[in-house]
Amino acid sequence: MKRLTMRGRNAITGYLFILPFVIGFLAFMAYPLFQTIRMAFSNVRVDFANNAFDMTWTGLDNINRALWVDPNFSQNFVEELIAMAMLVLPVIVFSLFIAVLLNRKFPGRGVVRAIFFLPVILASGVLVGIETNNSLLAMVSDQIAEQSAMRAGVTGVVEGLLVEQFGAGVGEGFIEYVLEMINQIYAIAMASGIPIVIFLAGLQTISPSIYEASSIEGATGWENFWKITFPMVSPMILVVVVYAVVDFMSRTDGEVMEMIDVNVNRIRDLGFGSAIAMIYFVVIALILGILGFIISRLVYYYD
Amino acid sequence: MTKREQNTDVVAVSATPKRTYWERNNATDGYLFKRDFGRIFGGIFTVVLLFGLCFLILQPLLHQFANSIMSRDDLFDPTVITLPRYPTWVNYNLAVYLMDYWGSLLRSLGITLAVSVLQIAVCTLVAYGFARFDFPFKRFWFACAMLTIIVPPHILRAALFLNFAFFDIFGIFTLTTGDSLNLLNTLQGYLVLSATAMGLRNGLYIFMLRQYFRNMPKELEESAWVDGCNKLRTFAQIMLPDAVPIVISCFLFAFVWQWTDSFYSGMFLRGFNVMSLQMSGLGDMFISHYVVAAQGGDALSLTPPTALVQAIISTGVLIGIAPIVLIYLFAQRFFVESIGQSGIKM
Repeated sequence: MKRLTMRGRNAITGYLFILPFVIGFLAFMAYPLFQTIRMAFSNVRVDFANNAFDMTWTGLDNINRALWVDPNFSQNFVEELIAMAMLVLPVIVFSLFIAVLLNRKFPGRGVVRAIFFLPVILASGVLVGIETNNSLLAMVSDQIAEQSAMRAGVTGVVEGLLVEQFGAGVGEGFIEYVLEMINQIYAIAMASGIPIVIFLAGLQTISPSIYEASSIEGATGWENFWKITFPMVSPMILVVVVYAVVDFMSRTDGEVMEMIDVNVNRIRDLGFGSAIAMIYFVVIALILGILGFIISRLVYYYD
Repeated sequence: MTKREQNTDVVAVSATPKRTYWERNNATDGYLFKRDFGRIFGGIFTVVLLFGLCFLILQPLLHQFANSIMSRDDLFDPTVITLPRYPTWVNYNLAVYLMDYWGSLLRSLGITLAVSVLQIAVCTLVAYGFARFDFPFKRFWFACAMLTIIVPPHILRAALFLNFAFFDIFGIFTLTTGDSLNLLNTLQGYLVLSATAMGLRNGLYIFMLRQYFRNMPKELEESAWVDGCNKLRTFAQIMLPDAVPIVISCFLFAFVWQWTDSFYSGMFLRGFNVMSLQMSGLGDMFISHYVVAAQGGDALSLTPPTALVQAIISTGVLIGIAPIVLIYLFAQRFFVESIGQSGIKM
């Protein structure tokens, strides 16, 4: 037998190292993905008594039902996408802004950084929306949301004034959007934990000598930001967008996620649950692909 | 930096003692005043802003704490908003009882520790394989690892449910025992997922560890190889000790996220009543206990007031997350610096 070359042995060792992942990926990601696609086009019946299940191919039935028949799905789905679009841009702006602030040296910086990172831990898993996660409060939570939507108090007054003063004509939509963002500041801060750290990591790779040179030439901080900081961290924007979109769609309290959960775990209508999941995933993947393509064209790569 | 500037100012003043601040300001065409004004107000603005945002993030915790020490009288008193008039620990006793707190704590600690150690051990091996070896289809497999970050497991919920209810990986079990296994609600099911790097956010850990390994110098390994050390030993004795910080970071993330996880816990750990499930089920648990107590002939109404339910949930959440908050307080550096350490680049 011919002895293996160094390269061949290296390849085998490499495969041995990643073997667990290869098995796991094939068994618990690739195969389930294939199965999910198949179930989306089938009617699935689970028979626990006989320890068996069967699938019958039904073509586009589940998809049609999700898109055109089911009264909730299309509405929830569109609402979810709009909420995502509304959140991702402010998250980027907010986290970049905070990262720039935190990149400067000031007393107590460590504490502030730790607090901004806290949501990564405390707004995960079951802790999201736990307050209303029971039979009693689920009923009244809609009323509470309605009441807070009326926005009593100072912000409501300011908002009314602003819309009245400047709202006539073109500016109204914009002002509404900005005010909506201000109302959402808590959600934005909660979603910004990891993005801030990603931007901080990006900021720390910028060599101070660039700033020194430009300051000697008389550039102000504002100019420095737009001409140096922003282009240099722009590759991170792509990372943050991908992170924010994926993070948003995998929240456990999302409307669509809840629908999937109910269909799979309670009603046991696996076919319909899979169809919802597939539609959701395909649309998000498309959005990610398009955003990735556009942003990667616009960013600036230093090296 | 400011100190040095002050010093230069002092030198300037002592050299020309007659000039006041405004004269010096005029000499610079107003630049001096503009600069100092900008600094002071920029500083105040930053402090106020950061303080406000930090408060915004911490406010729910403070609110939950205030809620948790309120007695019934405080909860129904409209004049009590933040600070209770008659603080009490009664909610804590109730939540500890309803959640079977100490039992859940022990079970959760054991399971979470076992699962996250296993996940990180496997992820480290896989990440090292991706970082240091050349093999065919390496880019393809790495793309697959990135795919696991982007595809949320919720999407595969139905398929995973079927796969674990009728567990029969590559047909092995039907061949050997004649029937498939039901691994739902068993720890084994989750251990299988963890041992194959498919647990909660394992793709992310693989990515972070791989980035870290890639940035380490190759010379050490090469000299170990020349000295006759095999690859596994090189990894365990030479690379691993240097990668301890990032491994700890990943372990802490795995632990903390596992602690609050609902997806995998709901699928495999229902029978163990881990903390995350106890926290999310506390509200309904309290309501049902309340209803039973009310049927015992009290003059209470059948459903508990929402304020009371919320106070109990707040209490439960606080004691439920106490362990991970403690971990975060002591190991915050490992969390915050991990991503910078791994050197993200796209």
